[in-house]
Amino acid sequence: MLHLVLFLIFGLICVTGAINLLVQKHPISSALSLVVVMASLAVEYLLLGAEFVAAVQVIVYAGAVMVLFVFVIMLLNAGEEESTKGSRVALILGVPGVLAGGLLVAWVLINHSGGNSVSLGALPGYPKTIGMLLFHEFLLPFEVTSILVLIAIMGAVFLASRPDSPARPRKEN
Amino acid sequence: MKLLSLPVFIVASLIKIVLVIFVLLTAVAYTVWLERKVVGHMQNRWGPSRVGPFGLLQPLADGIKFLVKEDLTPPHVYRPLFIAAPMIAVICALTSISVIPFGTSITILGYAIPLQITDVNIGLLVILGVTSVGVYGVALAGWSSNSKYSLLGGLRAGAQMISYEICLGLSLVGVLIVSGSFSLREIVESQSGHFWGFIPKWNIFYGCQFIAFFIYLMAAYAETNRIPFDLPEAETELVAGYHTEYSAMKFAMFFMAEYANMITVACLATLLFLGGWSGPVFGPALLRALLPTFWFIAKIFVFLFIYIWVRGTLPRFRYDQLMAFGWKFLFPLAIANLVITALVVAYRS
Repeated sequence: MLHLVLFLIFGLICVTGAINLLVQKHPISSALSLVVVMASLAVEYLLLGAEFVAAVQVIVYAGAVMVLFVFVIMLLNAGEEESTKGSRVALILGVPGVLAGGLLVAWVLINHSGGNSVSLGALPGYPKTIGMLLFHEFLLPFEVTSILVLIAIMGAVFLASRPDSPARPRKEN
Repeated sequence: MKLLSLPVFIVASLIKIVLVIFVLLTAVAYTVWLERKVVGHMQNRWGPSRVGPFGLLQPLADGIKFLVKEDLTPPHVYRPLFIAAPMIAVICALTSISVIPFGTSITILGYAIPLQITDVNIGLLVILGVTSVGVYGVALAGWSSNSKYSLLGGLRAGAQMISYEICLGLSLVGVLIVSGSFSLREIVESQSGHFWGFIPKWNIFYGCQFIAFFIYLMAAYAETNRIPFDLPEAETELVAGYHTEYSAMKFAMFFMAEYANMITVACLATLLFLGGWSGPVFGPALLRALLPTFWFIAKIFVFLFIYIWVRGTLPRFRYDQLMAFGWKFLFPLAIANLVITALVVAYRS
């Protein structure tokens, strides 16, 4: 019972944070709303029993990724955004689209919940289990992902390097 | 021995929370006193000596002063974040103490009560998570103050804390490999006993873990913004860094957060590397119950003393030196230590 109440409360906080992210005009406020979304998602994982995933969610997303976001916004000193009155296309296509999507999700949840749904506290994500899965069963996808990240890092270094630095091959002209 | 029923559990937890917060805040106040006194003696002066015997009431006087001072809010600040930032800093600093165990357990009225607010089996990760969120307090304080010095201090603090968090985490992985658990209580229990009968089986003496301890020490100084890595508040360049525009209790919150973080870092070092509360236990039953906690506090005190000692001894680094030290020296060293520890443990098992 307590689990369910907490789950609903933090689900509500999560959705409110997500909406606030879109409504806020200042980039820093939006970024901080995203931190709230990440943190409440971590609580939801915790309620499902996945302690390790919850802790990693806080450390990696709320603690590192979002700090870098805030950092960049601070460095660029981005000001308040001006609100446009909104395009007509978004109004005509967007509102029915959101409604249709919501109805679809609700229909799927009502008709197909039961057998495949996860009950509260049902995912004991022990670090050992996760480690065995990551480094044993799913080793190849894991390694491929790490190479992908490495490529992204190299790209960032290349883009950020000065034109005359050794990281950038000199153009012959 | 009875199992805890729900009402007893709630009452015991509440008492523990109140007690721990009280002890922590007192410890914060008297760490400040200790620092002023020790640094004073190192610099051949007396330190606080007027309020009470040996200046012992000085923290109390400072506390009253912070409470009754005028709370100035400069114009042009971004008010919501300006007010929230010190709160974030102090809340994160105080929260991380909740998973730290202070001793084995004591028996009161037939109930065995563990000396720890809550024992979660990912205790170490909880501390790392909470401290990583604490960066927001400092970074937002710098940004929302709308002042050059504050912004530079906040940026420095953010970059520094993210960089050194990686080294801090990697230095702890070695300990985790050796003890095989995230639970702080189990990590301490794995360190009981002796090597060859006389060297205590602390993690710092296990293989090359003293290197990990060295990395942890350096990263911890940078994480808590202490000399020689106190660039975010370098007074010669930045006035006071991220808390330049703060006064009265808001400033005191940053101060409390810094010292509470120092104590958390000292607790973590004691639990992970120095054997926690393990030490010689003897005498009557009451002494047997209290000695482990005494050893724990004594080790924390030694760690804090080294903090102050370093502050009284070393000059401040330059910012590029700090970054180069973190990324080009500590980081490779931490990875090398991790690989070697993993190989040693794999070979032995």
